[in-house]
Amino acid sequence: MINLLLFPIIIPFLFAIVLLFFKERIMLQRGLAVVGLLAALAASLFLVHTVKQDGVQTITLGSWPAPFGITMVSDMFSALLVTTTIVITLLVVIYSFTSIGEAREHYFYYSAILFMITGVNGAFTTGDIFNMFVFFEVLLIASYVLIVLGGEKRQLRESIKYILINVVSSALFVITVAYLYSVVGTLNMADISVKITQVGQPGIITVIAVLMLIVFGIKGSIFPLYFWLPGSYAAPPIPVLALFGALLTKVGVYAIMRTYTLFFVHHTDFTHGLLMILAILTIIAGCIGALAYFDLKQIVIYNIVIAVGVILFGAAQMNESGLSGAVFYLIHDMLIKGALFFLIGIIIYVTGTSDLRKMGGLMKTHASLGWFYLIAAFGLAGIPPLSGFIGKLLIVEGAFQADHIWGSIIILASSLVVLLSVIRIFIYAFWGEPQALPATASQPYKKMMVPTVLLIVLSVLYGIGTEWLVPYMTDASNVLLQPSIYIDAVLKE
Amino acid sequence: MELLMAILIGILFTAAVYLILSRSLLKVILGTGLLSHGAHLLILTMGGLGGSSPPVLDKGASNFADPLPQALILTAIVISFGVTAFMLVLAYRTYGEHKTDNMNLMRGNDEHD
Repeated sequence: MINLLLFPIIIPFLFAIVLLFFKERIMLQRGLAVVGLLAALAASLFLVHTVKQDGVQTITLGSWPAPFGITMVSDMFSALLVTTTIVITLLVVIYSFTSIGEAREHYFYYSAILFMITGVNGAFTTGDIFNMFVFFEVLLIASYVLIVLGGEKRQLRESIKYILINVVSSALFVITVAYLYSVVGTLNMADISVKITQVGQPGIITVIAVLMLIVFGIKGSIFPLYFWLPGSYAAPPIPVLALFGALLTKVGVYAIMRTYTLFFVHHTDFTHGLLMILAILTIIAGCIGALAYFDLKQIVIYNIVIAVGVILFGAAQMNESGLSGAVFYLIHDMLIKGALFFLIGIIIYVTGTSDLRKMGGLMKTHASLGWFYLIAAFGLAGIPPLSGFIGKLLIVEGAFQADHIWGSIIILASSLVVLLSVIRIFIYAFWGEPQALPATASQPYKKMMVPTVLLIVLSVLYGIGTEWLVPYMTDASNVLLQPSIYIDAVLKE
Repeated sequence: MELLMAILIGILFTAAVYLILSRSLLKVILGTGLLSHGAHLLILTMGGLGGSSPPVLDKGASNFADPLPQALILTAIVISFGVTAFMLVLAYRTYGEHKTDNMNLMRGNDEHD
């Protein structure tokens, strides 16, 4: 099964095309989308198993030898991210059945989601830097469709900004790839790593490293490039927001982690020092934003920014604990952000507003929602044994080993701010005097709770089953720590 | 030749930045077009301008131009064409809804929707 690693990319793509033919038949679209994602999930789980058994999987398309053809590489890191992506998308699709509305379903909503997953999985899997640009474009163009679908006044206004930012950052990506190509003369990521080692990373490569940080930093929303995120993400409906918040910024984070562990590993004092400082500033900026708003969406959106900072801070340590902590935290954050967006979607549905000051007393009417929200909030803040704990513990441990004590203290302090920001939602929405709720049917509420509860249970299991997951995470961080594993797997033929 | 290309790319980027920072939505979109043109020319230049030599390595040929940048540019052109077309349609819809193409008037956040 040499093609196995392509299946999680091809299957959503195929189903997305098929869905284009059934514009008017919503039930069929829903069914096909779920079937497609289940098939992709099976393939990706099998892929994780295969990577665990046989090591890094590679395929070079068109039977070209390795540095010339486009290589796809699936190591444990990317296989785990692909699996998480598909799980979250599956739940988002189920959540959308009741919450997105038929008008959007008629206009290729599910196709756009599946096309976006094609791009996300492709970007996680590719081993060719220009191919990564292409997959970025695939996921971006699908995300343009998703963000503007519905055509509300506010969506149009924010979409223009979102697209403009991404077009500029794509142009920067092309420019960076051009510079990199002119210096190393190859596009294969493993080969680039070898070539950079041969020339010993001269100054120009460090400049390219910073350019890459800017390019992926815009996508991944690091300080000071996150300015577009809060406005744009708040515009589309909740299921789209959950998808974007859980997946899109993580693709940028993945790209930073990949390039900064594979290419630019010779002058870590400068490159990784810069990454660490930016990560810390990202955390601080995110904390300020998370506390400043009374809008549910904005609070959780700023929590995305904080998480990006925490993950990159772990990645910047470049030691075993830091990197495996970053991997742990990355997957945890994808799950828990999805769950939180689902939950605030339900709160907004029940109360009819996203303004905290207009809510209250939901605990009396929607107790189960309150309890599940509390579990998700504690998980986000990293209270043991929930899923955020182990990742943060390892990141802080890695920072102590690398003597970055002040950074660790900021990470730990940020946990408190995260807890405060999400507990504020709990206090305002669930405690206090009950407010008059708009009349809503209870059927959609229950249907929306199903994927939400599933995702929360999954994230709790992720926290409790840490011991069982450790071998997988160690495999993932080993590839990041020792680029030679990745390089040997690609260039062995 | 490389120097000339570098100056040309610089002019394209300058014009693109100027246009992107302007207030009119249409000018902004034209700016992104120029920006991607500049980026494409940059790939071509960075791959090395092969002069008159053919882009294929034949038996006995001692000199050849790198064919890869052209393949990259082709991909990038197709993508930027698609995105520009999408942006134009989007700009038209936005103009229809908001009755303005002035970016200054398209500010707003949750409190002022």
